[in-house]
Amino acid sequence: MPERDAPPRWDRRMQQRLARGEAAALGELYDRFASLVHGLAHRVVGDEPAADALTRDVFAHVWQHPDSYDPDEGPLRSWLAALTNRLAVQRLRTTGTAALARGGPGTTEDLERTLRHASVAARADYIVQSLPTPLRAALELAYFQRRDYHQTATDLGVTDDEARRRLRLGLQLLATAHDTETPGAPPGIGGAA
Amino acid sequence: MPLVREHDVLKSLLGAWALSACAPAEGEAVEEHLGDCGPCADEALRLREAVGLLHRPESLDLDPGLRTRVLESCLERRPPRIPVPEWAAAYDAETARLDALLQDFGDSEWHAPVRLRWYEADEASSRRTTVAGVIAHLLTVDGLVAVALGLNDPLGEITAARPTPADRTEAYWRAARFPPTRSVRAPWREQSHALVRTVSFTGGTERTTVPYGDFELPLPDALLDRAFECWVHAEDIAEAVDYPYDPPSGRHLHRLVDLAARLLPAVLEHRRLHGLASPVERRLVAAGEPGRSLRLEIEGSGGGEWLIPLDSPAAKGSAEHEVAHVALDGAEFCRLAAGHVPPREAAAGQEGDRTAIRDVLFAAASMSRM
Repeated sequence: MPERDAPPRWDRRMQQRLARGEAAALGELYDRFASLVHGLAHRVVGDEPAADALTRDVFAHVWQHPDSYDPDEGPLRSWLAALTNRLAVQRLRTTGTAALARGGPGTTEDLERTLRHASVAARADYIVQSLPTPLRAALELAYFQRRDYHQTATDLGVTDDEARRRLRLGLQLLATAHDTETPGAPPGIGGAA
Repeated sequence: MPLVREHDVLKSLLGAWALSACAPAEGEAVEEHLGDCGPCADEALRLREAVGLLHRPESLDLDPGLRTRVLESCLERRPPRIPVPEWAAAYDAETARLDALLQDFGDSEWHAPVRLRWYEADEASSRRTTVAGVIAHLLTVDGLVAVALGLNDPLGEITAARPTPADRTEAYWRAARFPPTRSVRAPWREQSHALVRTVSFTGGTERTTVPYGDFELPLPDALLDRAFECWVHAEDIAEAVDYPYDPPSGRHLHRLVDLAARLLPAVLEHRRLHGLASPVERRLVAAGEPGRSLRLEIEGSGGGEWLIPLDSPAAKGSAEHEVAHVALDGAEFCRLAAGHVPPREAAAGQEGDRTAIRDVLFAAASMSRM
């Protein structure tokens, strides 16, 4: 799909407006992405006040460094998701390391494992939200509504073959959340702890 | 080659198997196959792990106050070169709040019945529509500001009998072949964003006025009026679907009350000319001179005091000539001005000239419209 390569015009315009210092653009950016950013942050750090603070940090970063986003490298949405993941894991690492230094329970290995899990979970959420609708609808029926693939096919009005294909492909894409090379994987998090 | 075909069929089942979504016999066949086929066993493990990553998304309601806090914190760190004018801030915040309320609405919410209420000729009026119909109403009336700014009119080819908020809304509703649906949300939101964007560039430099058909407002007041309407109708919607909805922040509420307080003297004058407000004891006051005044005391967040000149819009409100005093909560005053509270039941505390109080409360309710 060639349109995948060309970043949507909206992303490019938004980047230019932010760089120009237009406060209205910041509001529009927030309106479009706040629930994504807050949801991913919450998935990593696990509590509301920390997720609020991270949301503030993410938007402050974009507003203060609009040039750090390059529209040629991909959609603004996935860039923001990666930034959120990175800042959230950073925050979790800082608070976790401080707790360990104070003699809190657990080891550095435990902390790294927690960070890895939190980061994978947030990437998985992002992947699910970004799945093409047919795949997401099939997973929704089979997993949340506990429909078997034949019922899923009937509900979606597709063949059994197609339902099986969608379920498998959806899970294959979701499984990439474990891969460290996935865009959004912050350096040093994932495989090697 | 029955074996190869079997492998392909079983491989195609791996996703359904990982989700426990195939028939028992098929599940057994897959599991038997996994013992003999390395690549399928690897994939099966990977997909099962992926299933573990699925979870019902927690429906986290974003704290509506977070938007203001995040934006303010950003703008402190890097002051904007093109700020949103202060008088557009309430509209920006209220449209964002309503949009967040609409976020998770399903079809049943979008088609929930809503009764719009206002005062006409000192009588309570109402009109039945749906949640989607209310958003269509906001779209068409916000369109008055859009047109004044040279943006597209959301009415497009549709012509209204008169360019008033009510006529434009009725024309829009009538022109649609089907009742409004959730599809009205995107154009409403795009237009509200476009208005904030546009006034950030042009506001202040020119003296734009927004014609409402029967009257007109300077652009800053029109944006405050639209913020007010957005909140009032968001409350209508929230009530219809049984969601909680807070009043605007104190800073914004103060500006909305201030707009109503500033409009009151002209409304009183208009009503006097049409015999709706009492002419008794009217003394002629020269323009700019202090005249008989009603002290409007607004309590709570966003509150304050306003001296409403009673005898002429040109007179100056004066504490020395205070003849009456009315005390109300800010949100309650706005509900009165929105025609949602009967004027007779509105004021918590009143003292002084009863006629003056009655005139002002009825004048406030008469500012409401569909």
